Amino acid sequence: MPDEAEEDVVSRRRFLNRVSLALSGLAGAVVSVPIVAYLLSPLLQPPPEDWRDLGLVENFRMGETVEVAFDEPSSLPWAGQTARTAVWLRRTGERDFVAFGLNCTHLGCPVNWRAGAELFLCPCHGGVYYSDGTVAGGPPPRPLVRYSVRIIENDRVQVLTRPLTQTIAGAA
Amino acid sequence: MRAVVGWLDDRLGLSANIKPLIEHPVPPTGWDYTIGSATLIAFTVQVVTGVALAFTYVPTPDHAYESLEFITRGAILGGIVRGIHFWGASAMVLLVCAHAAQVFLVGAFKYPREVNWLSGTLLLVFTFGMAFTGQLLRWNQDAYWAVVVGAAQAARAPLIGDWLTGILFAGQSVGGATLTRFYATHVFMIPAVIFGLLGVHLYLVIRHGVSDPPVPGVVVDPKTYKQRYEELVHKIGVPFWPDAGWKDVVFALAVGSIVLILALWLGPPELGNKADPTIVRAYPRPDWYFLWYFALLALMPVSIEDLFIIGFPLLIGLLFVLLPFIAPFGERSPRRRPWAVGIVAVFGVSVAALVNVGSNAPWSPDLGNLAVPEQVRQGLSPTAAQGAQVFEQRGCINCHTIAGVGGERGPELTRVGGRLTADELTWRILNGGRNMPAYGATLTPQETTALVEFLSTQK
Repeated sequence: MPDEAEEDVVSRRRFLNRVSLALSGLAGAVVSVPIVAYLLSPLLQPPPEDWRDLGLVENFRMGETVEVAFDEPSSLPWAGQTARTAVWLRRTGERDFVAFGLNCTHLGCPVNWRAGAELFLCPCHGGVYYSDGTVAGGPPPRPLVRYSVRIIENDRVQVLTRPLTQTIAGAA
Repeated sequence: MRAVVGWLDDRLGLSANIKPLIEHPVPPTGWDYTIGSATLIAFTVQVVTGVALAFTYVPTPDHAYESLEFITRGAILGGIVRGIHFWGASAMVLLVCAHAAQVFLVGAFKYPREVNWLSGTLLLVFTFGMAFTGQLLRWNQDAYWAVVVGAAQAARAPLIGDWLTGILFAGQSVGGATLTRFYATHVFMIPAVIFGLLGVHLYLVIRHGVSDPPVPGVVVDPKTYKQRYEELVHKIGVPFWPDAGWKDVVFALAVGSIVLILALWLGPPELGNKADPTIVRAYPRPDWYFLWYFALLALMPVSIEDLFIIGFPLLIGLLFVLLPFIAPFGERSPRRRPWAVGIVAVFGVSVAALVNVGSNAPWSPDLGNLAVPEQVRQGLSPTAAQGAQVFEQRGCINCHTIAGVGGERGPELTRVGGRLTADELTWRILNGGRNMPAYGATLTPQETTALVEFLSTQK
């Protein structure tokens, strides 16, 4: 008889132990759902894309590469300077433009256009690119990322924004 | 008074529970056993100064930089607080590495202290996590580009690369959401984890005792170790406080004094330019504790880079985790473990050399406006003088040094005229080389001739 009673107590303890742990775990899981979803929300939203005005065609001289800044489409009101982004814009013909990302495809540092050398130089690990964005030397694995460019009515040059996750990874 | 003390002591259980802990017997140890406690003190200093900074710092991209300027220049002694936080961070990184090296060298990670080592490994990782997230909060150009470079490395990870980048950016680009994430990580998440791990780490120090200084020939054997340790402590052990603890106090005071002197003398690091993604005139450099890695990424052969960026941190982590299981028993004395000494020496020298080369970054072109020195120009023929101009204007000088002026990316050309013929020079300039861009499409024939003539005079 005493044996049975002890067994009873043990199974009662085991029951209480398991139920308490399970309930606590469940409560934790329920609370985690909104927290995790909230923290991951920036990842779950598709990157916004938008055409940005860079100015009149005539503002850009043939064969020159210049940096043009514009507003980053995904920015929040308190983003300050990081609400801005830019491309290297090269006028290659009467109505032809090429736009390159600022980021070196090696590790994302900002490439500098050297007009005299006609090269993009990266200040971090020595990546070098030709004026058409192809790799001229150093560690970059891929050419500079290109943006879509269009010319709309009234001769305005526009560029289609790309998120930084694409320009640093050297996506096509 | 005595009654109040007695009441508190009874209710708090100080004499009953805490006193035995701080007076627990430890083997007599040397000064090298004080590094761990100094790390703890450095962390405490970081918590106190960090909380103080958080009273003023504004973690949004539009005001973070300005709030730090205010802390540094506007607030009374704010620059000192920032200085202590910065130099304290350096001290903590150095001490946590020194502590790991010392524990490795005296074999204190072996049985039964494997989990001490593992919790220490996590503390080491999170200390570097604090260092990385901390330098970003300055929100200057270095900080902005450090986020980008960090994310670009994460992007190399197979399958989850995009996802990791998104987590680092808190979105698809660096912006309003990014800084607050790093702020919350730096001031809440990692410190909370560190507090928890410290609890485990210190509890385990009490549970297994401070490791006995190693004696050559005395090997760790799980069958006898605990008994032998008990006997040793019983025979020659001293109470931790104050017999051993006074050394910890002295060493921690020395470290604290150095941190304070550096904060007063050199102050916090210059903020530099405010983060601005559109200003490409930047030389992004990490703080010194990541310079060695920055250098490694530049010196790495491109062919193994993808593997390295992801594999190297994982490999180091794996080695740390496996260490107490690879060598759980046997000799502890560094005199009998030449490999351990060798590994620490090679690692230390490599990191120091890489920090040094990383601070010069000779693989980066010099993007300043450089000019061929006057003494080189003197006495040049008109064509060669024109070549010297081409050398400047076409950017040769940004990568090549002549007479002490120029970049270090490419070979020095001070005596290139004696090394290469005019034909060889022409061929290299027009066709390029391993890291040298081909200038065939850039230079006019006349410019090429002038440039080659100029270089041929450099003997």
